[in-house]
Amino acid sequence: MTRVERQQWDVVIVGAGGAGLRAAIEAREQGLRTAVICKSLFGKAHTVMAEGGIAASMGNVNAGDNWKVHFRDTMRGGKFLNQWRMAELHAKEAPDRVWELETWGALFDRTPEGKISQRNFGGHEFPRLAHVGDRTGLELIRTLQQKVVSLQQEDFREHGDYEARLKVFQECTVTRTLRDGDRISGVFCYERESGRFFVIESPSVVLATGGIGKSFKVTSNSWEYTGDGHALALLSGASLINMEFVQFHPTGMVWPPSVKGILVTESVRGDGGVLRNSEGKRFMFDYIPDVFKEQYAESEQEADGWYEDPEHHRRPPELLPRDEVARAINAEVKAGRGSPHGGVFLDVSTRMPKEVIERRLPSMHHQFKELADVDITAEPMEVGPTCHYVMGGVDVDPDTAEAVGVPGLYAAGEVAGGMHGSNRLGGNSLSDLLVFGRRAGLHAAQYAARLAEEGDRPSVSDQQIDVAEAEALRPFSAEEVDSGAPAENPYAIHQELQQAMNDLVGIIRREEEMERALERLADLRVRAAKAGVEGHRQFNPGWHLAMDLRNMLLVSECVARAAVQRTESRGGHTRDDYPEMDREWRRANLVCTLVEESGHQPPEPRSAESGESERAESEQAAQAAGQARISLRRREMPPIRPDLLELFEKEELTKYLTDEELTSE
Amino acid sequence: MSAETQETGPGSAPGAADGAAPAGTDGSYQAHFRVWRGDQEGGELRDFEVEVNEGEVVLDIIHRLQATQAPDLAVRWNCKAGKCGSCSAEINGRPRLLCMTRMSTFARTETITVTPLRAFPVTRDLVTDVSYNYAKAREVPAFVPPQGVAPGEYRMQQEDVGRSQEFRKCIECYLCQNVCHVVRDHEENKEAFAGPRFLMRIAELDMHPLDAAEEQGLDRKTTAQDEHGLGYCNITKCCTEVCPEGIKITDNALIPMKERAADRKYDPLVWLGDKIRRRGER
Repeated sequence: MTRVERQQWDVVIVGAGGAGLRAAIEAREQGLRTAVICKSLFGKAHTVMAEGGIAASMGNVNAGDNWKVHFRDTMRGGKFLNQWRMAELHAKEAPDRVWELETWGALFDRTPEGKISQRNFGGHEFPRLAHVGDRTGLELIRTLQQKVVSLQQEDFREHGDYEARLKVFQECTVTRTLRDGDRISGVFCYERESGRFFVIESPSVVLATGGIGKSFKVTSNSWEYTGDGHALALLSGASLINMEFVQFHPTGMVWPPSVKGILVTESVRGDGGVLRNSEGKRFMFDYIPDVFKEQYAESEQEADGWYEDPEHHRRPPELLPRDEVARAINAEVKAGRGSPHGGVFLDVSTRMPKEVIERRLPSMHHQFKELADVDITAEPMEVGPTCHYVMGGVDVDPDTAEAVGVPGLYAAGEVAGGMHGSNRLGGNSLSDLLVFGRRAGLHAAQYAARLAEEGDRPSVSDQQIDVAEAEALRPFSAEEVDSGAPAENPYAIHQELQQAMNDLVGIIRREEEMERALERLADLRVRAAKAGVEGHRQFNPGWHLAMDLRNMLLVSECVARAAVQRTESRGGHTRDDYPEMDREWRRANLVCTLVEESGHQPPEPRSAESGESERAESEQAAQAAGQARISLRRREMPPIRPDLLELFEKEELTKYLTDEELTSE
Repeated sequence: MSAETQETGPGSAPGAADGAAPAGTDGSYQAHFRVWRGDQEGGELRDFEVEVNEGEVVLDIIHRLQATQAPDLAVRWNCKAGKCGSCSAEINGRPRLLCMTRMSTFARTETITVTPLRAFPVTRDLVTDVSYNYAKAREVPAFVPPQGVAPGEYRMQQEDVGRSQEFRKCIECYLCQNVCHVVRDHEENKEAFAGPRFLMRIAELDMHPLDAAEEQGLDRKTTAQDEHGLGYCNITKCCTEVCPEGIKITDNALIPMKERAADRKYDPLVWLGDKIRRRGER
C-alpha cells in the first residue's frame, strides 16, 4: 500500500460544533498545537440548528435563579438518572461560559437594563435561556468560529502562519482512532474533496461528533449525525452508557412529507404558544404526571396567568419536559384527535400579535412560510414528535471528560453520556457543549503536555494504518451482481435502517418489536458488508455513506439492546409493556461495549478471551458481521452526594429514590 | 443500478391531485432535470427524468438522483432547513439554496437546470471550492473586547445591538459573494475585494456597541475602503436580492459604511488626527 501522509499535532478535536470548537479554543489557549477535523465546512455544524437558547442561571430576568435551582431542574428533567457530578458542574459553570462568549463578540438579545435576556423553556423553573431570537445556535457557532479565527490571526502575527497552532481540517472524516496499547495515538482520516487518506498522530483525541439521529427516519438531525464518535469510542475500547434514552422532540414539522421532522423550536411554547387537538382542546392538562403535579397549572386560566405573574401561578403544562409532551402528542394522535397530517396543532397566532411573533420567532415564521405555505401569525402549525437527541454516549469521567479506560480519549457534548440522565431539558445542550467542551479541551491539553514533558508520546504503527486503509477502501471492491453493479446499495440499506429504528425502537417500545429490530440489524450488517460504490474517491457521497453505515449500525444496536434490557419507562425510553418508572432502575446504567472484533483487530492479541477471537477469525467476514457486535452489562451508579440531595424536598425524592437509598444517608 | 433501490412506485401519472388529498404521493410527477456533472477538468449538463412528490424542494430531487440514478453525484448540504447555508447552487441560472427552493415554484413541464456556483472553482459536480471566503474572513480583524469590562458586566441596549444582529443572521451561504459582479466575472478582483459578506462583517463589528477597535487605533470604516475593497461596490444590490435571510446588505451595511468612510476621508480634522496617530504607532 502507498504511504499515507502523517502529521503531528498535540491535540485532535473530532467535530467542529459547539463542543468541538470550545475544546479547540481551550487546547490552543493552553499553548498546544491543536487540529480540528470536521465533516462539513467550518461553521456549518449541526449546532447552527439549535434555536431556543443556552441555559445558564445568570438570574438576569428572575434574580431568584442560581446554580442550585438549575441543578434541580436538570435532575428532575433527567428523572434522576443524570450523572449528578456532571449536572452540578454544568449548572455551576454555565453562566461563565455564556459571559465569556460576549467577550468574543456574541450579541445576545437584551433585557431593559442592558443585560443578556433570558427566556422560559420546558422544565426550567425560571427564565433561563440566553438567546438571539430563535437562532441561538448560529450565534454560538459564529462566535466560536470567529474566536478561532482571532486566535489564528494572533498566530499569524507571531509566526506568519495562520495555522501554526490551530488548524481546521474541514470536510474531512475520521474513520478510526489509532492506539498504542490502550493509549490513543492518533486518528485515520479521509478528505472528502480528494478522497485522500491521512493520519494525524496525537496523544489526545477529543470526540465532539454530536448525535445519532440519522439512524431514524423522522429526525431533526442533519446528515452528519451518523453516530461517528459513539462508534469510534466503542472501536477504541471505551463504553457507551444510557443508549436506550433517545429524545423525541415533541414539535417537529409533519407536513409536507419532505420536511417531516424539521424542528419547531420549543421557544414557541416558552413564549406562549399552546398545543391543541382536533377538538380545539388544550390537551396537555390531561397529561401532567404525578412527579410534576405540584409545579404545573391545572387550568387554562392559571396557566395563562403565569406568563405575567409567575410568583402566583404555576407553569402551563405545555412547558413540561420534552419526553412528557412528546408522549402526550403521540397519545392524542393515536386516539384519533390529531391534525389532518398526523400531528397536533401548535398555535401562536391567537396568543400574540403579529409583530411580536415576527420579532421573537423569525426563523419559525420564515421556515413555515417557505416550506409549508403556512403563515404562523395567522394560523396554527401542525407538529409531531421527531428524533432529536441522544442522551446516551461515551462513559466519561465527569470532571475531565476522559473516556473511562482509554487514556487520551475525551468526549464532550452530545457524544458524551450521563449529563442529561434519561431526558435532556431544552437549552441544556448548548450549555453542555460549552462547559464540557472547555473541560475536555483543557484536560486533553494537560494530558498531552504531560506526555510531552515525559517524552512518552504514543506511536502509530504502519500496520494499524494499513488495516484502516483497507477498511475504508472496501466499498470499492464489493462483490458485484451480473450487471457489474454492486450487490448492495448503501442508500437502500440506510433507508431500511431508518425505517426499522423508527418503527421498532421509536418513541413507544415493545419487547417483540425491539427483538425484531435486532434481527433486522443483524441482517443489515451482513448486507452493509457487501455495500459497494460506483465512481472514484473524489467527493463521492455514496462512498461516504457506505463507511458511515458501520457507525449507524453499531450505534443502533446499542440503542436496541439497551432498550430491550431496561424494563421500565423513564424519560426518553417509553415501554408499552412496562409503562411505569421503577425506582430500582434509577441507579442503573446499561453499559455497552464492543464484542472483540474479528479479523479487524490490529496487532496486540493480548485479550484474555483469545480462544473465542481465534474461532471468530476463521469464520467468513459476512457471517461475522451478522453476529452481535455489542455486549451489555448493568452497572450501579455512584450514590448522589448528600449535600446535593439536600437541595430537594424529601417528599420529592421518595418518588425517585428507593427506600434503601433514602435511609442510607 | 440495482433493483432494490426502487422502493416507491414510479408514480408516473401527473395531475392525480384531485380533491383535498392528504400528505402522500398523489401529487407525484416526473420532472426533467439537467444537472452539471464534472470537475476541474471540465464537465457537462446531464439529463435526468426523476420523480417529484408534493411539497418537495430541489434538494430532495438531488437526493433522489443520488439514491436511484447517480450514487456519486456530489452535493454539499447539511441542515436542509435553510439554517446552515451549505447547499448553495444555481437553479436555472439563479443563485439559490437547494433546500429552500420548492418544486412547486416551477411548472411541471419546465426543465430545471442545476449548476454549481459560478464565482468559485468547481471541485466536483455541484460542489465548489469556497476557500476564497475563508481567506477573506481571516483578513477582517476580530472583535476587540473593551478594556476593563469584566465578563458578565457587558451592558448594551437592544436597539443598539439590533443593527449588528441583523448582519449576524448571515448563514454564510456565500450566495452574495457568488452573485456580486465585482468578482463573478472578474477573478482578478478577488485579491483586493472582500465581497459583500465580509464587508458586512466589518460593518457589523463597526456597529457593535462595545467593540474597542478604535481605541486600539483601528478605524474599521477606513480599512473597509482602503484594505477590503469597499470602493469596488457600486451598490447594484444584487447581494441583497439573493440573500436567503433577507438581510439588507447594501442599504444597512454597505451604504452606511461608504458614507462614513467618505465623511472621514473628507473631514480634515479626522484626517489630521489619523495621520498623527499612525505616525505615533510606528
